[in-house]
Amino acid sequence: MTFLTYLINGISLGSVYAIIALGYTMVYGIAKMLNFAHGDVIMIGSYTVFVSVSALGLPMPVGMVLSIVLCTVLGIVVEAVAYRPLRGASSLAVLITAIGVSYLLQNIALLIFGANTTSFTSVVNIKPIVLASSEKIVNGETVVTELTVTGESLVTIISCIVIMIGLTLFVNKTKAGQAMLAVSEDKGAAKLMGINVNATISLTFAIGSALAAVAGMLLCSAYPALTPYTGSMPGIKAFVAAVFGGIGSIPGALIGGILLGIIEILSKAYISSQLADAIVFLVLIVVLVVKPTGILGRKLMEKV
Amino acid sequence: MKNILLKQKENLITYGIVIFAYLILELLIATGSITSLLKGLLVPLCVYVILAISLNLTVGILGQLSLGHAGFMCVGAFSSAFFSKLTVGVINPDWLRFLLALIIGFVFAGIVGFLIGMPVLRLRGDYLAIVTLAFGEIIKNIINVLYIGIDSKGVHFSMKDSLSLNLEETGKVIINGAKGITGTPKNSTFTIGTILILVTLFITLNLIKSRDGRAIMAIRDNEIAAESVGINITKYKLMAFTVSAALAGVGGVLYAHNLNSLMATPKNFGYNMSIMILVFVVLGGIGNIRGSMIAAVILTLLPELLRGLSNFRMLIYSLVLIAMMIINWAPGARIARERFLSRLPFFKKRAELTEGGKENG
Repeated sequence: MTFLTYLINGISLGSVYAIIALGYTMVYGIAKMLNFAHGDVIMIGSYTVFVSVSALGLPMPVGMVLSIVLCTVLGIVVEAVAYRPLRGASSLAVLITAIGVSYLLQNIALLIFGANTTSFTSVVNIKPIVLASSEKIVNGETVVTELTVTGESLVTIISCIVIMIGLTLFVNKTKAGQAMLAVSEDKGAAKLMGINVNATISLTFAIGSALAAVAGMLLCSAYPALTPYTGSMPGIKAFVAAVFGGIGSIPGALIGGILLGIIEILSKAYISSQLADAIVFLVLIVVLVVKPTGILGRKLMEKV
Repeated sequence: MKNILLKQKENLITYGIVIFAYLILELLIATGSITSLLKGLLVPLCVYVILAISLNLTVGILGQLSLGHAGFMCVGAFSSAFFSKLTVGVINPDWLRFLLALIIGFVFAGIVGFLIGMPVLRLRGDYLAIVTLAFGEIIKNIINVLYIGIDSKGVHFSMKDSLSLNLEETGKVIINGAKGITGTPKNSTFTIGTILILVTLFITLNLIKSRDGRAIMAIRDNEIAAESVGINITKYKLMAFTVSAALAGVGGVLYAHNLNSLMATPKNFGYNMSIMILVFVVLGGIGNIRGSMIAAVILTLLPELLRGLSNFRMLIYSLVLIAMMIINWAPGARIARERFLSRLPFFKKRAELTEGGKENG
């Protein structure tokens, strides 16, 4: 019973990683850059919800929409100001610029909100659901163990599935999605075919950042401590998840994210909470050494 | 031949800059015209310079992106601090103990670099980056749960807590998990730091200049072409990676012996630190040893010089970083700059010289 609870928690955390990883994987596929600032967009999104709901007193759905809009705009602006001038420059230069943007976002948040932990109000208002319960008699007393799913977990998992399906359909069925695929294959050829490369890259950043806002809300609903550094570790882990599943692949991000979440929660529960991160990274290394392109890498030429 | 001489002259200039900077700073200290804050920064400055030089060996000369450099620094720091704590009072002249600590830090970091390099150097580009990042985090995490104590029966080892070491009453805990090592003798000085920078430079520059160095750079420029002329790729990749890790270990030794209590926190040995070192390298110019040294100095001093702006300093720091990257690297900005500089007679000559140097390697 406890194992199943851990498993559900793992899948829930993994779904958040998967949503963040999607942003990474799409941006990587199309712009061939590691967007280190992606994790910090999560944090900005969560703070937006916090400010609009707790400080301005707006209703929760308005705050959520506001957060998604703000993150989308942020993604587009960051791409246009910081990354676009560097297109064609060495990938290391772009990487360092992304790190600079990440520091910038962290420090803006630090300046506005301070380093103290802010307690985030959950965006989900669903009571925990009891899936199963069993009774055991211990020392003459009946102990009821229940397998419950929190509302947050449920919403997280469902949103992850919806986003995955939506994104796959978008990429495969719409013109804009096909343009994204084309640009990720070959920028020059795409341009010759009349695709607006800059607009397509902007669109990718916009989608990635909007997903980051969603991931931020879900993450902070489950783990309500919000600081300016909230985004950085999940960001790194989501990137690990993207690499784990095969970078550039949408199903890969899902598989990588969920596996990573499960491994993290289970090793926290059964091995050592301090070593959980080390175990997550160790698994990644083993996977990459055995199969250097990740679980779903390359075979599926589905680069976004 | 002319190019070799030119290169040697360049190297001598690099050594000269370090010695000159050292003499100036010593003079400033002697006349008391340096703030105590800046004085406290001198040893960390040496540490960062050493780390920048050593990472440049991996990133600039070998051409592989590593995001786990702080991990090797961590290994060097902890192995040497462990040794120093153990032998304080046993091995007596301080300089001898510190020298041995240096060797231990160097060797241990080198061994770890070798062991990590073996499986992961097959990976390329961003995959290698993420794996080295992962290794850096693993090293930090393991040290945070490591407990080592010593008593009359020998060395005890645990990964749970200090009580499970089962030490005798007289035994002492040396590595205390997340609390790290306390009471490391403070042996690092600015003079030692400068000497270590010179040693690091000597090792790095000579490696680059040697036959091995040319093989390593051939791998950077084109792996397949290098392999086809009979260069043993694995060997040279491992060589550069191991030397780079070992030198990072030296930086770690210097770092550890400058602090009273050594802890592995995300701030000093996490990926943030690795990224910081990478920023030095990239900003100073990938493959340009002197440039990375200068970048390390500027970027270490910048937050301190901006201290008057208190809360805004890290904000300005990040803005400066982004602006410098765009000005330095953006193709558009590059063309504009070259056009502007080619009009000035001094730079025109210089541009021709470096152009000639590039062709020959």
